[in-house]
Amino acid sequence: MMQLDWWLGLAGGLLIGTAASLLWLLYGRILGVSGVVAGLWQQTGGELAWRVWFVAGVLLSGLIYRLSFGLPEISLPYPWWWLALAGFLVGVGTRMGSGCTSGHGVCGLGRLSVRSVWAVLVFIGSGVLTVALLRHVLGVM
Amino acid sequence: MMRISALLLGLLFGFGLLLSGMANPAKVQGFLDWFGDWDATLAFVMGGAVALTLPLFQWAAKRSRPLLAGRWYAPAAQGIDRRLIWGSALFGIGWGLAGICPGPALVLLGLGRLDALVFLVAMVAGMGGWQYWQHRVN
Repeated sequence: MMQLDWWLGLAGGLLIGTAASLLWLLYGRILGVSGVVAGLWQQTGGELAWRVWFVAGVLLSGLIYRLSFGLPEISLPYPWWWLALAGFLVGVGTRMGSGCTSGHGVCGLGRLSVRSVWAVLVFIGSGVLTVALLRHVLGVM
Repeated sequence: MMRISALLLGLLFGFGLLLSGMANPAKVQGFLDWFGDWDATLAFVMGGAVALTLPLFQWAAKRSRPLLAGRWYAPAAQGIDRRLIWGSALFGIGWGLAGICPGPALVLLGLGRLDALVFLVAMVAGMGGWQYWQHRVN
């Protein structure tokens, strides 16, 4: 079962990498979801339009998946304020640090950006520490 | 043309997140759980993605412009500064708390998960709050 997951991870990663590579090679834009979302109220004209259509595509992928295969088993056992706190930190952090897993992780590492290497190391590190603290020290997650 | 491409690339990206398990918060937290029952799957997601972006972005770097645009829209920021480090640290904390980052949040909303909307609204508030504060400071 674990090995099947690895293959799914690899296959999904290749799709993600294909999308990011094509957006860069064809149009010279970085596929960074936090930047794309923030651009929805910062940008105008052509820079706004592609972002709107990209976000629509991502939303649509969830809808099409659900209509084709049903709702996948996803557990989010948190109260609303927990999700709100997590979302707020992700929002502040991605703007302050200029990127998230897609922008720094997939595109930044591909561009061999030293900034992105640091960003990835730091956000994986702080994510690991957060899970360790909440799950194994405090036992609340 | 670019709009349709962006829609299709958004679809492809979203299916990649769904197929890989990246849009499953429990799986993301399993990857971050190095001191417990570590689930390595997401290392393969990032590995698979970077296996494509690394050679293709290097190839692109030899070109003066993208295939269908007049110039490269590369990020302008340079250098390792406190903003980058603290911002990434805060992002990682939020990512660990719920197992959700911005792309998967959109996918989850598309699946019809309204709890993802709580995350997204708070995320946009955090983005706006940071920018408002930056605007006031400068």
